Amino acid sequence: MSVDPDVTASEETPYLFASRRSRLLVGRRGVVASTISTLVILGIIAAVLFAAPGGAAFRYYFFDPHSMWVSWVGDPKLGIEAIRSGLLTNIWMFLVSEVLVLFIGLALAWTRMSHSPVLLPFRILVTAYTDVFRGIPLLLVVFIVGYGLPSLQFGFVSNLSLATYGVIALTLTYSAYVAEVFRAGILSVPNGQLLAARSLGLTHASTMRRVTLPQAVRTVIPPLLNDFISLQKDTALVSTLGAVEATRAAQIFESTNFNGSGLVVASLFFLALTIPMTRFTDRLMARDRARRLAVSL
Amino acid sequence: MSDVVLELDAVIKRFGDNEVLRGISLQLHRHEVVCLIGASGSGKSTLLRCANLLETIDGGSIILFGQSLLDPRIDPDLVRRHVGMVFQSFNLFPHLSVLDNVMLGPVRAQKRKGADVREEALTLLARIGLRERADEYPDRLSGGQQQRVAIVRSLAMRPSLLLLDEVTSALDPTLVGEVLDLLTDLARQGTTMLIATHEMNFAKDVAHQVVYLDKGVLVEQGTPKEIFSNPKHESTRNFLERVR
Repeated sequence: MSVDPDVTASEETPYLFASRRSRLLVGRRGVVASTISTLVILGIIAAVLFAAPGGAAFRYYFFDPHSMWVSWVGDPKLGIEAIRSGLLTNIWMFLVSEVLVLFIGLALAWTRMSHSPVLLPFRILVTAYTDVFRGIPLLLVVFIVGYGLPSLQFGFVSNLSLATYGVIALTLTYSAYVAEVFRAGILSVPNGQLLAARSLGLTHASTMRRVTLPQAVRTVIPPLLNDFISLQKDTALVSTLGAVEATRAAQIFESTNFNGSGLVVASLFFLALTIPMTRFTDRLMARDRARRLAVSL
Repeated sequence: MSDVVLELDAVIKRFGDNEVLRGISLQLHRHEVVCLIGASGSGKSTLLRCANLLETIDGGSIILFGQSLLDPRIDPDLVRRHVGMVFQSFNLFPHLSVLDNVMLGPVRAQKRKGADVREEALTLLARIGLRERADEYPDRLSGGQQQRVAIVRSLAMRPSLLLLDEVTSALDPTLVGEVLDLLTDLARQGTTMLIATHEMNFAKDVAHQVVYLDKGVLVEQGTPKEIFSNPKHESTRNFLERVR
């Protein structure tokens, strides 16, 4: 067989060892390298805080240990609300909202995907609902609910606590997001699954319940938890109504003591609440990815 | 009950402007096995899907167990509880164990008692040699095993008619045999089946009637001997020439 010299491989033996420079960052050396880079970055941040002309004032304003402590425990004599009791308001607001959002979101998705002619008007309503509430900034929804419902003067609906109006606003907005998450998850189930279920004579409803939803849940959990993380943070917006939750308590402390350390305290505790959730979400996603890779191999 | 299980008369099916079935007429009797052969896109799958109302037809009529499927009072779910369907891609439910896959239809659609269905399902699984794997999930099984479970899942519904849509086309060549053996068994026991297939030797062995479809038209129909040894039409001859 003749060989065309233009298309044959190079005559040289290929060299397969990594370059010396890239070998520096492999294995234990990699750990050393990452430690050094972390220290350098932290050093730069500290240098800015300490060397900047306003550094001392900045540190006192945001990181004064005494102010941090007082803002956390509060001081009834001086009328300082404790961030720790405000934080409890945030926690119950997001816990209640998350449960409501879960059920309402699923109901919305289910309605939107139903085939029953009886439900047609509801399908149109649900579509409009998700469009509207995904489009309006949550802050405006908080105002509209928080100022609007009381002004209705309509029985108990107009006499709820500020935090409850917050829960209503959060639920309205996040149900729209979560409904779309559920819908995407349901649509991600392969059509063959539906054909197989319907061919067994299962009704649309039992196909949904026994075949579609159990498979959709797996794909839905990570994006769902993502939405819950933003919901947890967004409880801070309810402070604009005057509800004394963590952010509001920190603001009160700031304006009465001219010290913003409370804002840092509140931030740290929001972090403490959301970081476990983000880590957990990441782990779930990694596990799901690993499983799908294992199946496709 | 008359001996005719399924009767298609001048059936027309369109997807948009594309006419997929162009006036197909066909009869299937009890205990009869009819094999549909023809190139991909000839309308075999669509024809099967029309027979269990996964698709609705645009012309002609389909009579199933003496009742017109065009009658608006027909309940598609009831139709499908008596007509089993097996797919090229198995479509087992990945979140259910093998046993639960088999039990889902009888328990949730036919509302039969769980304990009875369980016994029957285990017997069916034993028949295909997979009783020990009953509690495993489908992705642990080979393709051939999955497809045999899918067939058994249909059988658990005690169907009066079984539709099989190229059930060996997605399988490794080494796994085709075990699935065809099961179908041959079913044919010997008198299961009424309408089978779309590319396995000509299998069709030759089990079919009472072979139907050749080309671009949505029923070109030729006859016993396996007539079709395979002495095809009358040019296009049938060409097709058989190509698959040989």
